[in-house]
Amino acid sequence: MKIKTIIDLLEAEVLCGEDMLEEHVYSACGSDMMSDVLAYVKEQAVLLTGLINLQVVRTAVMMDMKCIVFVRGKNPPEEVIELAKECGIVVLRSPERMYVACGKLYENGLRGGGVDEE
Amino acid sequence: MSEPIQFHFNIDGEDFTSAGKASVQVKKLLRQLSFDADTIRRVSVAMYEGEINMVIHANGGQADVIVWDEKIEVILADTGPGIPDVSLAMQEGFSTAKENIRSLGFGAGMGLPNMKRYSDDMKIDTVVGEGTTVTMSFTVPEG
Repeated sequence: MKIKTIIDLLEAEVLCGEDMLEEHVYSACGSDMMSDVLAYVKEQAVLLTGLINLQVVRTAVMMDMKCIVFVRGKNPPEEVIELAKECGIVVLRSPERMYVACGKLYENGLRGGGVDEE
Repeated sequence: MSEPIQFHFNIDGEDFTSAGKASVQVKKLLRQLSFDADTIRRVSVAMYEGEINMVIHANGGQADVIVWDEKIEVILADTGPGIPDVSLAMQEGFSTAKENIRSLGFGAGMGLPNMKRYSDDMKIDTVVGEGTTVTMSFTVPEG
Protein backbone atom coordinates (compact mmCIF):
# COMPACT_ATOMS: atom_id res chain seq x y z
CA MET A 1 0.00 0.00 0.00
CA LYS A 2 1.24 3.46 -0.82
CA ILE A 3 1.45 6.00 1.99
CA LYS A 4 -0.79 8.14 -0.21
CA THR A 5 -3.51 5.50 0.09
CA ILE A 6 -3.27 5.59 3.90
CA ILE A 7 -3.95 9.31 3.72
CA ASP A 8 -7.09 8.70 1.66
CA LEU A 9 -8.37 5.83 3.80
CA LEU A 10 -7.85 7.63 7.10
CA GLU A 11 -8.70 11.13 5.86
CA ALA A 12 -5.33 12.07 7.23
CA GLU A 13 -3.32 15.21 6.85
CA VAL A 14 0.40 15.21 6.23
CA LEU A 15 2.44 16.85 9.00
CA CYS A 16 5.79 16.10 7.37
CA GLY A 17 7.39 13.96 4.68
CA GLU A 18 5.34 15.15 1.67
CA ASP A 19 8.06 13.94 -0.68
CA MET A 20 7.72 10.30 0.45
CA LEU A 21 4.01 9.70 -0.12
CA GLU A 22 4.59 7.48 -3.15
CA GLU A 23 6.56 4.97 -1.06
CA HIS A 24 5.12 1.52 -0.45
CA VAL A 25 4.53 0.01 2.97
CA TYR A 26 3.76 -3.64 3.63
CA SER A 27 2.85 -3.91 7.30
CA ALA A 28 1.67 -1.89 10.28
CA CYS A 29 1.05 -1.98 13.99
CA GLY A 30 -1.03 0.04 16.40
CA SER A 31 0.00 0.62 19.99
CA ASP A 32 0.41 3.22 22.69
CA MET A 33 2.96 1.04 24.47
CA MET A 34 6.33 1.69 22.86
CA SER A 35 7.90 -1.28 24.64
CA ASP A 36 5.35 -3.55 22.96
CA VAL A 37 6.22 -2.05 19.59
CA LEU A 38 9.86 -2.79 20.30
CA ALA A 39 9.07 -6.31 21.51
CA TYR A 40 6.63 -7.84 19.09
CA VAL A 41 7.26 -6.10 15.89
CA LYS A 42 9.82 -6.49 13.21
CA GLU A 43 10.01 -5.10 9.72
CA GLN A 44 6.98 -2.95 10.36
CA ALA A 45 6.57 0.14 8.29
CA VAL A 46 3.67 2.06 9.81
CA LEU A 47 3.05 2.89 13.46
CA LEU A 48 -0.42 4.00 14.51
CA THR A 49 -0.48 5.55 17.96
CA GLY A 50 -2.25 7.97 20.25
CA LEU A 51 0.98 8.96 21.98
CA ILE A 52 2.56 12.17 20.78
CA ASN A 53 5.97 12.40 22.46
CA LEU A 54 9.52 12.24 21.10
CA GLN A 55 9.84 8.58 22.10
CA VAL A 56 7.30 7.66 19.43
CA VAL A 57 9.64 9.00 16.76
CA ARG A 58 12.70 7.38 18.33
CA THR A 59 10.86 4.05 18.55
CA ALA A 60 9.94 4.34 14.87
CA VAL A 61 13.58 5.09 14.03
CA MET A 62 14.75 2.06 16.00
CA MET A 63 12.33 -0.19 14.12
CA ASP A 64 13.14 1.29 10.69
CA MET A 65 9.56 2.46 10.27
CA LYS A 66 8.64 4.81 7.45
CA CYS A 67 5.44 6.37 8.67
CA ILE A 68 3.75 7.40 11.93
CA VAL A 69 -0.01 8.00 12.11
CA PHE A 70 -1.28 9.99 15.08
CA VAL A 71 -4.88 8.92 15.63
CA ARG A 72 -7.79 10.76 17.25
CA GLY A 73 -6.68 14.01 15.62
CA LYS A 74 -3.92 14.50 18.15
CA ASN A 75 -1.61 17.41 17.64
CA PRO A 76 2.04 16.53 18.32
CA PRO A 77 4.45 19.21 19.59
CA GLU A 78 6.64 20.91 16.98
CA GLU A 79 9.77 19.14 18.28
CA VAL A 80 8.19 15.78 17.41
CA ILE A 81 7.66 16.88 13.81
CA GLU A 82 11.18 18.32 13.66
CA LEU A 83 12.75 15.04 14.82
CA ALA A 84 10.65 13.04 12.36
CA LYS A 85 11.77 15.34 9.51
CA GLU A 86 15.38 14.91 10.55
CA CYS A 87 14.96 11.12 10.58
CA GLY A 88 13.11 10.95 7.26
CA ILE A 89 9.80 9.67 8.64
CA VAL A 90 6.39 10.61 7.25
CA VAL A 91 4.00 11.87 9.93
CA LEU A 92 0.24 11.80 9.39
CA ARG A 93 -2.66 12.86 11.57
CA SER A 94 -6.03 11.17 11.30
CA PRO A 95 -9.31 12.05 13.03
CA GLU A 96 -10.11 8.32 13.31
CA ARG A 97 -9.77 6.47 16.57
CA MET A 98 -7.16 3.73 16.88
CA TYR A 99 -9.49 0.76 16.41
CA VAL A 100 -11.19 2.18 13.35
CA ALA A 101 -7.94 3.43 11.82
CA CYS A 102 -6.30 0.00 12.18
CA GLY A 103 -9.45 -1.70 10.89
CA LYS A 104 -9.61 0.41 7.75
CA LEU A 105 -5.98 -0.28 6.87
CA TYR A 106 -6.34 -4.00 7.61
CA GLU A 107 -9.51 -4.27 5.59
CA ASN A 108 -7.71 -2.72 2.64
CA GLY A 109 -4.88 -5.20 2.72
CA LEU A 110 -2.28 -3.73 5.06
CA ARG A 111 -1.76 -6.60 7.47
CA GLY A 112 0.25 -7.06 10.65
CA GLY A 113 3.02 -8.61 8.61
CA GLY A 114 6.27 -9.44 10.34
CA VAL A 115 4.85 -10.02 13.79
CA ASP A 116 7.17 -12.19 15.79
CA GLU A 117 5.26 -15.44 16.33
CA GLU A 118 7.25 -17.06 19.09
CA MET B 1 40.21 -9.48 16.45
CA SER B 2 40.79 -6.09 14.86
CA GLU B 3 41.13 -2.89 16.87
CA PRO B 4 37.68 -1.91 18.15
CA ILE B 5 36.02 1.48 17.71
CA GLN B 6 34.61 2.87 20.92
CA PHE B 7 31.84 5.37 21.58
CA HIS B 8 30.92 6.89 24.90
CA PHE B 9 27.67 8.60 25.86
CA ASN B 10 26.52 10.39 28.95
CA ILE B 11 22.86 9.53 29.55
CA ASP B 12 21.03 12.49 31.03
CA GLY B 13 18.58 11.31 33.66
CA GLU B 14 16.91 14.65 34.28
CA ASP B 15 14.75 14.79 31.22
CA PHE B 16 12.67 11.93 29.84
CA THR B 17 12.22 13.69 26.51
CA SER B 18 15.91 13.27 25.75
CA ALA B 19 15.88 9.52 26.57
CA GLY B 20 16.89 7.55 23.51
CA LYS B 21 19.12 10.21 21.96
CA ALA B 22 22.27 8.11 22.39
CA SER B 23 20.64 5.06 20.80
CA VAL B 24 19.53 7.07 17.78
CA GLN B 25 23.12 8.30 17.52
CA VAL B 26 24.48 4.74 17.74
CA LYS B 27 22.08 3.63 15.03
CA LYS B 28 23.46 6.33 12.74
CA LEU B 29 27.07 5.42 13.55
CA LEU B 30 26.48 1.72 12.88
CA ARG B 31 24.86 2.61 9.57
CA GLN B 32 27.91 4.65 8.64
CA LEU B 33 30.07 1.64 9.53
CA SER B 34 27.93 -0.40 7.07
CA PHE B 35 26.65 -3.10 9.40
CA ASP B 36 23.65 -5.12 8.21
CA ALA B 37 20.16 -3.78 8.99
CA ASP B 38 19.21 -6.63 11.32
CA THR B 39 22.30 -6.21 13.51
CA ILE B 40 21.83 -2.45 13.63
CA ARG B 41 18.21 -2.86 14.67
CA ARG B 42 19.00 -5.40 17.38
CA VAL B 43 21.77 -3.28 18.88
CA SER B 44 19.88 -0.01 18.77
CA VAL B 45 16.57 -1.38 20.09
CA ALA B 46 18.29 -3.16 22.99
CA MET B 47 20.33 -0.08 23.81
CA TYR B 48 17.25 2.12 23.54
CA GLU B 49 15.38 0.01 26.09
CA GLY B 50 18.43 0.12 28.36
CA GLU B 51 18.74 3.85 27.98
CA ILE B 52 15.07 4.34 28.84
CA ASN B 53 15.54 2.11 31.90
CA MET B 54 18.47 4.18 33.09
CA VAL B 55 16.45 7.38 32.78
CA ILE B 56 13.34 5.93 34.44
CA HIS B 57 15.01 4.09 37.30
CA ALA B 58 18.55 5.35 37.85
CA ASN B 59 18.65 9.05 37.00
CA GLY B 60 20.79 8.39 33.94
CA GLY B 61 24.24 6.87 33.62
CA GLN B 62 27.00 6.06 31.16
CA ALA B 63 26.81 4.10 27.93
CA ASP B 64 29.78 2.60 26.10
CA VAL B 65 29.54 0.96 22.73
CA ILE B 66 32.50 -1.06 21.54
CA VAL B 67 32.49 -2.11 17.92
CA TRP B 68 34.57 -4.88 16.36
CA ASP B 69 34.04 -6.26 12.87
CA GLU B 70 32.49 -9.44 14.23
CA LYS B 71 31.00 -8.30 17.54
CA ILE B 72 29.37 -5.28 19.15
CA GLU B 73 29.24 -4.75 22.88
CA VAL B 74 27.00 -2.27 24.71
CA ILE B 75 27.77 -1.49 28.35
CA LEU B 76 25.22 0.52 30.31
CA ALA B 77 26.34 1.58 33.78
CA ASP B 78 24.39 3.54 36.36
CA THR B 79 24.67 4.42 40.03
CA GLY B 80 20.95 3.98 40.65
CA PRO B 81 19.08 1.91 43.23
CA GLY B 82 20.13 -1.50 41.84
CA ILE B 83 17.81 -4.42 41.09
CA PRO B 84 16.85 -6.41 44.22
CA ASP B 85 15.53 -9.46 42.33
CA VAL B 86 16.98 -9.85 38.83
CA SER B 87 14.95 -12.93 37.89
CA LEU B 88 11.74 -11.09 38.81
CA ALA B 89 12.86 -8.04 36.81
CA MET B 90 13.49 -10.32 33.82
CA GLN B 91 9.86 -11.50 33.76
CA GLU B 92 7.80 -10.02 30.98
CA GLY B 93 5.24 -7.64 32.42
CA PHE B 94 6.98 -7.03 35.73
CA SER B 95 7.65 -3.34 36.23
CA THR B 96 8.29 -0.92 39.07
CA ALA B 97 7.82 2.11 36.82
CA LYS B 98 5.40 4.78 38.01
CA GLU B 99 2.12 5.62 36.32
CA ASN B 100 3.57 8.80 34.75
CA ILE B 101 6.11 6.67 32.87
CA ARG B 102 3.39 4.33 31.64
CA SER B 103 1.50 7.27 30.21
CA LEU B 104 4.61 7.98 28.14
CA GLY B 105 4.49 4.53 26.53
CA PHE B 106 7.01 2.69 28.68
CA GLY B 107 7.01 0.78 31.94
CA ALA B 108 5.21 -2.25 30.54
CA GLY B 109 7.80 -4.58 32.01
CA MET B 110 9.27 -5.37 28.61
CA GLY B 111 12.56 -3.48 28.79
CA LEU B 112 14.92 -6.12 30.18
CA PRO B 113 13.17 -9.04 28.39
CA ASN B 114 13.50 -7.12 25.11
CA MET B 115 17.16 -6.44 25.77
CA LYS B 116 17.75 -10.14 26.41
CA ARG B 117 15.78 -11.11 23.34
CA TYR B 118 17.70 -8.85 21.00
CA SER B 119 21.20 -9.46 22.36
CA ASP B 120 23.17 -12.69 21.98
CA ASP B 121 24.42 -12.47 25.53
CA MET B 122 23.39 -10.27 28.42
CA LYS B 123 24.98 -9.94 31.83
CA ILE B 124 23.56 -7.92 34.72
CA ASP B 125 25.81 -6.85 37.58
CA THR B 126 23.78 -5.13 40.23
CA VAL B 127 24.21 -4.12 43.85
CA VAL B 128 21.24 -2.67 45.71
CA GLY B 129 21.97 0.91 46.68
CA GLU B 130 25.05 1.13 44.45
CA GLY B 131 23.97 0.65 40.87
CA THR B 132 23.63 -1.63 37.89
CA THR B 133 25.80 -2.46 34.91
CA VAL B 134 24.24 -4.27 31.99
CA THR B 135 26.58 -5.70 29.37
CA MET B 136 25.07 -6.87 26.09
CA SER B 137 26.96 -8.60 23.29
CA PHE B 138 25.84 -8.92 19.70
CA THR B 139 27.44 -11.24 17.21
CA VAL B 140 27.70 -9.80 13.73
CA PRO B 141 26.80 -12.37 11.08
CA GLU B 142 29.56 -13.08 8.56
CA GLY B 143 29.38 -11.75 5.05
